[in-house]
Amino acid sequence: MALLEIRNLTVRFETSAGAFTAVDAVDVSVDGREVLAIVGESGSGKSVSMLAVMGLLPDTATVTADAMIYDGRDLLAMPVAERQKLIGREITMIFQEPIASLNPSFTVGFQIEEVLRFNMGMDRKAARRRAIELFDAVGIPDPQTKLDAYPHQMSGGQCQRVMIAMAIASNPRLLIADEPTTALDVTIQKQILDLLMDLQERHGMALILITHDMGVVAETADRVIVQYKGRKMEEADVLNLFENPQHAYTRALLSALPENATGDRLSTVADFMAAEAIQ
Amino acid sequence: MIRFILSKLLYLVPTFIGITIIAFGFVRILPGDPVLLMAGERGISPERHAELSAQLGFDRPIWEQYFDFLGRLFQGDLGNSLVTKKPVLDEFLTLFPATVELGLVAILLATLIGVPVGVLAAIKRGSWFDQVSMTAALVGFSMPIFWWGLLLIIFFSGVLGWTPVSGRISLLYFFPDVTGFMLIDSLLSGQKGAFASALSHLILPSVVLATIPLAVIARQTRSAMLEVMGEDYVRSARAKGMSQARVVGVHALRNAMIPVITTIGLQIGVLMAGAILTESIFSWPGIGKWMIDSIARRDYPVVQSGLLLIAGLVMVVNLLVDLTYGLINPRIRHK
Repeated sequence: MALLEIRNLTVRFETSAGAFTAVDAVDVSVDGREVLAIVGESGSGKSVSMLAVMGLLPDTATVTADAMIYDGRDLLAMPVAERQKLIGREITMIFQEPIASLNPSFTVGFQIEEVLRFNMGMDRKAARRRAIELFDAVGIPDPQTKLDAYPHQMSGGQCQRVMIAMAIASNPRLLIADEPTTALDVTIQKQILDLLMDLQERHGMALILITHDMGVVAETADRVIVQYKGRKMEEADVLNLFENPQHAYTRALLSALPENATGDRLSTVADFMAAEAIQ
Repeated sequence: MIRFILSKLLYLVPTFIGITIIAFGFVRILPGDPVLLMAGERGISPERHAELSAQLGFDRPIWEQYFDFLGRLFQGDLGNSLVTKKPVLDEFLTLFPATVELGLVAILLATLIGVPVGVLAAIKRGSWFDQVSMTAALVGFSMPIFWWGLLLIIFFSGVLGWTPVSGRISLLYFFPDVTGFMLIDSLLSGQKGAFASALSHLILPSVVLATIPLAVIARQTRSAMLEVMGEDYVRSARAKGMSQARVVGVHALRNAMIPVITTIGLQIGVLMAGAILTESIFSWPGIGKWMIDSIARRDYPVVQSGLLLIAGLVMVVNLLVDLTYGLINPRIRHK
């Protein structure tokens, strides 16, 4: 049985210009210990569908689904309090902008110890010790001193490591990483991805990686969902997807990679969509 | 941190010198001759007028008078009142606690009500509470203080008879000044009913004085909260599974308080201006009323030194606000 199974997820936003469907009848399932990549361009609804799982969407969003089953329990049917116990403990999430994702007014130590104290029931001392271990585990040098640093005193890569440390603090079974490397330098991107994959393997957790970077997908994922304009276009094992893309949009995405360029001009998704006339 | 404080202190020097010029110049721009006003309706002969003017130094060139004022200021001499002949500083210190008491209660009232109202309005954006409270804030902000004060007096003192009209405490009570704060002194005196009397005298003036700051603080808190609630780190706190109370009360509020604290600090200046009107309406024996009376009498030393003391006070409060700002906002502290 899948760890998380979502069937027919739809997310609508009420805007002044009328209702807007950001996610349209999408199915997602991920097994424990599996790495699932959700790819698609900006606005394809990949982040929104995962924010819906976390219950982090604003009030203007309406989330409907036939089922949103986590570990045999329906997230949408359970009481809010029960769902809140899962969020941040069993299901955690990291975001695209690591510096902005950390509270500028508190030390990073405070922010990670908070997770340990409130979610894991540790006292201050135990939380401090565990925070040092976690910082060490995510490769933050001199963790004891760094705990007293504020986010603005750290680099983007270090902040993302802090976010990852917070996300794994409660030994989650599912980690959702929303474009975790997009805001970082290329060299740091690789380090963070390696760290995530290493932690995923060691902790035996499921990882949903939201990205628009096909290179990242190829390197990390077991399975891939391709999303476009809020709809699922294709779902395949990573090898199949790269070797034998079924959907025109997937082919378009792959051919838009610089390394696949032929001729003077890089082909764009629009070229493919026009040629194959799909919506 | 010490460098931060020193750099802030350095800023105060030119500001202070600017204020001495304004305080000194301002009262002399006003038409009216202090010597003539001292003489009253009996009038004064030109010889006696010249003699008195010379005695008070008003016959000398204005810049000479200014440097004389400045010189004595640096020796800690603020001059004597032309009317009472008492040192300005003594008068100030006698009356100051009354104003501080009124101002403190007013700013406490404004903050303790304004911040929660602003927070609640923000998290319940668009609700009836949001609409009603923000409309009330706009009305409060637009209300002329003297008119609002008179309305309250007419209703609560006149119609309902709940509160006294003026003063700090009923004439029935008499006890020595210990702290200068009537609420504390009345408690210390142990006289039955004294504290209740002091409190009932304080309610209306502090409500009147708190009205504008309360409105400003509530609106500022609401807009700061709305901005902060949309930040990524608030979403992170939610993603960590923190309760709504903790997300709002710790993660959002701490950041939203940064601009609000500046606002509260700026309100201290507004409060001093408001105190002048409020004290006049309620015959509150503080420095606001003292300044108004002294301006009417063209009591130059009192007005210029009093103004300087008030401005100095506002500057010190602003410095404290800046320091608090550094404490609450680590990005400023580490600059």
